[in-house]
Amino acid sequence: MSTGNRAVKELASQSYQYGWVTPIESDTAPRGLNEDTIRWISAKKNEPEFLLEWRLKAYRHFMTLLQKEQLPEWANVHYPSIDFQDIIYYSAPKTKEKLNSLEEVDPELLKTYEKLGIPLGEQKRLAGVAVDAIFDSVSIATTFKEELAKYGVIFGSFSEAVQNHPELVEKYLGSVVPYTDNFYAALNAAVFSDGSFCYVPKGVRCPFELTTYFRINAQSTGQFERTLIVADEGSYVSYLEGCSAPMRDENQLHAAVVELVTLDNAEIKYSTIQNWYPGDEEGKGGIYNFVTKRGKCAGANSKISWTQVETGAAITWKYPSVILQGDNSVGEFYSVALTKGYQQADTGSKMTHMGKNTRSTIIAKTISAGHGNGTYRGLVKVMPKATNSWNFTQCDSLLLSNSCGAHTTPYVEVRNNSSHLEHEAFTSRVSEEQLFYCNQRGISLEEAHRLIINGFCKEVFKQLPFEFAVEATRLLEANLEGTVG
Amino acid sequence: MNVSTGMTHRTTVQEGKYLAAFDSFQRNGAVGDPEWIHQLREAAIARFNVLGFPVARRGNEEWKYTDIRPIAATNFQPATGSAQLTLPPPDVDRLTFGNPGWSRIVFVDGVYSQELSALTSLPAGVSVVSLAQALVTHGDMIKQHMARYAPYESEAFTALNTAFAHDGALVQIADGAIAEEPVHLLFLTTGRQQDTVTYPRVLILTGKDSKATVIESYGSLDEGRYFTNAVTEVRMGSGSVLNYYKVQRQSQQAFHVSNTNVSNASGASFNSVNLDLGGGLVRNNLNVLMGEEGCSCVLNGLYLLNGTQHVDNQVIIDHTSSYTTASELYKGILDGKSHSVFHGSIIVRKGIQKVNANQVDKNLLLSDQAEADTKPAFWIYSDDVKCGHGAACGQMDENALFYLKSRGMDDKLARRVLTRAFATQVIDSIGNGAFRAAVGQIVENKLEEWLEAGESR
Amino acid sequence: MLEVIDLHASIGDVPILKGVNLRVNAGEVHAIMGPNGSGKSTLAYVLAGHPSYKATSGRALFEGQNLLAMLPENRARAGLFLSFQHPVEVPGVRFDEFMRAGFNALRKSRGVPEMGVLDFNKHLASKLGIVGMDATFTRRYVNEGFSGGEKKRGEILQMAILDPKLAILDETDSGLDVDALREVAQGINKLRRADNAILLVTHYQRILSYVTPDVVHVLIGGRIVKSGGKEMALEIETEGYDKYEDMAKALRAGA
Repeated sequence: MSTGNRAVKELASQSYQYGWVTPIESDTAPRGLNEDTIRWISAKKNEPEFLLEWRLKAYRHFMTLLQKEQLPEWANVHYPSIDFQDIIYYSAPKTKEKLNSLEEVDPELLKTYEKLGIPLGEQKRLAGVAVDAIFDSVSIATTFKEELAKYGVIFGSFSEAVQNHPELVEKYLGSVVPYTDNFYAALNAAVFSDGSFCYVPKGVRCPFELTTYFRINAQSTGQFERTLIVADEGSYVSYLEGCSAPMRDENQLHAAVVELVTLDNAEIKYSTIQNWYPGDEEGKGGIYNFVTKRGKCAGANSKISWTQVETGAAITWKYPSVILQGDNSVGEFYSVALTKGYQQADTGSKMTHMGKNTRSTIIAKTISAGHGNGTYRGLVKVMPKATNSWNFTQCDSLLLSNSCGAHTTPYVEVRNNSSHLEHEAFTSRVSEEQLFYCNQRGISLEEAHRLIINGFCKEVFKQLPFEFAVEATRLLEANLEGTVG
Repeated sequence: MNVSTGMTHRTTVQEGKYLAAFDSFQRNGAVGDPEWIHQLREAAIARFNVLGFPVARRGNEEWKYTDIRPIAATNFQPATGSAQLTLPPPDVDRLTFGNPGWSRIVFVDGVYSQELSALTSLPAGVSVVSLAQALVTHGDMIKQHMARYAPYESEAFTALNTAFAHDGALVQIADGAIAEEPVHLLFLTTGRQQDTVTYPRVLILTGKDSKATVIESYGSLDEGRYFTNAVTEVRMGSGSVLNYYKVQRQSQQAFHVSNTNVSNASGASFNSVNLDLGGGLVRNNLNVLMGEEGCSCVLNGLYLLNGTQHVDNQVIIDHTSSYTTASELYKGILDGKSHSVFHGSIIVRKGIQKVNANQVDKNLLLSDQAEADTKPAFWIYSDDVKCGHGAACGQMDENALFYLKSRGMDDKLARRVLTRAFATQVIDSIGNGAFRAAVGQIVENKLEEWLEAGESR
Repeated sequence: MLEVIDLHASIGDVPILKGVNLRVNAGEVHAIMGPNGSGKSTLAYVLAGHPSYKATSGRALFEGQNLLAMLPENRARAGLFLSFQHPVEVPGVRFDEFMRAGFNALRKSRGVPEMGVLDFNKHLASKLGIVGMDATFTRRYVNEGFSGGEKKRGEILQMAILDPKLAILDETDSGLDVDALREVAQGINKLRRADNAILLVTHYQRILSYVTPDVVHVLIGGRIVKSGGKEMALEIETEGYDKYEDMAKALRAGA
């Protein structure tokens, strides 16, 4: 048997570490989707009229798409059709109407987050990191709120922002991802329950890393959160999201929307470590992760940088993108996507160059193991007025089994001749020569794979804040355990 | 025909005209052809009737950047041959790339012209005959191959060509034959009848361990509007080498759709260079099936576009066998408001090992109104592969330009030198020296013409 | 230290080694010389356990252990080091990180506690001088973008870190200019001790002018056709392998 075959075994039943359920009573919407569901959610959240109207418009648009069967079909993923009437669109842990402090949060919930490694209590909370914890459809706690307020930074749940800063919500909601954008964006706009909201005022460099942790707990529910981050002129914020879900036989839908806006000279760094339940070794269960993430560099010299480490979910369908509208603006996308078992991931980025001297970089690393199928899908579009724009794209794939797949479908559309675009891609498996070289230095096959895979991902990991890079490395290794070695 | 969808484009699509033309063709034309080909044509037109022209603008990935409604909406009539045409020597010289001595088979508006052909001194072991004649004399042999490599079931233009397949070229290279000199298949459209359509059909069969060079060129006499819907099928013999050069230099108003389907054989090498030097709306599908162990292919291309020209190259290399190697380099030079599309797919099937594949598309944009869309894709279902791809789009390198000027060249010359240099890599991959020189000269003249025109703009 | 007895080996189905006998003792430097395709590199790879090279019969004992039954990493851990003719690129993996992984794997297998990052980096830094490298070198990705000389010096640096009992140096002089060759050779000499041994695999005698062998073997057609002293290398340099090719033919005819 060759070294490769010796090393790359079929994926054993790799256990998912976050698969438990929190025993808690929930307040849930009736199953199914109709105008009443929308009104029910909106009333529950005591929303202003403009928001209800917006939701209803989105709902009607979604129903039209559904009737015309205009579901997204272009992605290289396969799954049975979803019955949108068989989903619970809202579920929240039963708590007091209004929480005044962390002490009032159900201890079960606090325990849940502690178990996930995200302690929320005053004593234990992570230094330098403000956390918004979202459980099923609602935000249950946000840490460091007061400290952030001193800097004028607004950070907390979306629902709260709707109550306290409706003018900001109305101004920016849907300004980057309109409800007409795509099928799942329409669904999200209609039924979104909560999410995070962040506004960084002019000239402020946010002193904390902001983090939102999403946890799906209830059965048969979909999670539809909506995140909006606005960085006003000259400001900076680094934001990170993490997520997990219990192990269940059914597929659960997660259709989130994230909108980022940077004004002149502002910068947002957005990192994701995605670890939804991927399904069991036979491909049963797992989260459908259909997410629309887009940033708009509205101002000149602004920058949006996406970094994602995608290891979970049965199916991932997401393309964190940047609209480079302001002159000299910069868009970046760094991604590691791992598929194993029967996971499918169709992910990549869209960079739309509109302003002058805009620059974008795409570094996408796809790792496929077991029966996993990973697709990189990207679009670099240069509009006629984007003179001297620049893009570099690199999308590499690493194959770890002979029954996995790795696909790359990059699109390049250039309508400006002063632009410079380069695209590189390479697909291969871990070479026998590399493994033997490592072995000859006393390094075991498993360790050699670990080294080589981490090396493959290094360019992406180094974009993450330090503690999250460590977490990402650990997560990747845990996911690959039993796949190689 | 599906008219109930109510989609607006349906109202202008002329598919019905082709059905009517087909009836008349089956009844009146080609009556002497063998029965099997009548049946094949019936099956193909039935398929075309189902497929229709791929005009949908939504979910139509294969035609994402090329809108062929202008073809679908024009009422093209089958060309009636101008077989009696004679050509003055300068035209012959131009159309034969300055090598009138090469053996050639010539078709005028789709019909074989014995007068213009020169088939008396073919290289040893090489046979070139008109397909219409061969259908009568070698019908059974052709039946073994025709429509076997070009899938009319799934591709509308192939279906349409197959429905009207009658004349074209049959090229056979005998086992072990080594032909140094190229044979030239010349499809000439006079452009003297407005809105005509022709269906050239080529079948190339290479024998075991043979080596040959085939030039398939599409030329034009007048600047007319016409539609060429060509299908070429190539079946490689084991260990054979085929250098296949396709040159399209039709009128700036011409519609040109070609489907070239190659079935590669063990140890064989298929080397192609596709040159688009003319045409208005052009789409070339090149499909190479790497179906036997140890086969290889080198697929290169060059497109020179200006005005409102639109050229779309779709290249699919399907590795269904192990130990196969493919390399692909397409380059485009775009001026004016032209639009280029490159869509490459490299597929490596499940369980296929030791595949090496490389794919590159590069575009030089000379004008700020030109558009280049490129999509070099991989579909890999196996692990023991090495695949790379690249794409680049941009304008002339300012540093290089400055360097040349610092050596005394004026702006115009420096630009011409660099533009020409951009094309060199593809031109140099042409194995035959005389043909390489001729193509180099055509490219050079064209670039000079553009640069002159650009100055007067 | 190393005993090779009637070793036969093939690549795929093609037999390359056809009965090699060799004995290397501690403190000795042996040179294996031979023309291209003689099986020199095959011998090096088979001893190190490359999966594409199969020992079909015969034995190889390393310190009394059956080398051929061991995984390549266990051979390395037992103290066998191979300097590659073409060192392999490992993109994204830093030299220091790579070496620490190997170094600690060796220590662990010997029941010695693993060394922490800081201590290891000090240890690594102390060895840089052996091949005249500076610290920036260790932060680069393994062999990626290295010049020919850097690659070979990197191999000798690795040898210095792992401190093997037996080092097999496969064509270490190939692709080196005279300055780099001298530096590499000096590095090897610094690592030469009474308790270790070196097997130099080489086509030319060039490197042997700097690293003096105790024994020279000529390998042709998969067999050692002659063994002798260091003067044999010089003789080959002037006269070539013709004489030995004839010997090999005679051997084949005899067999």
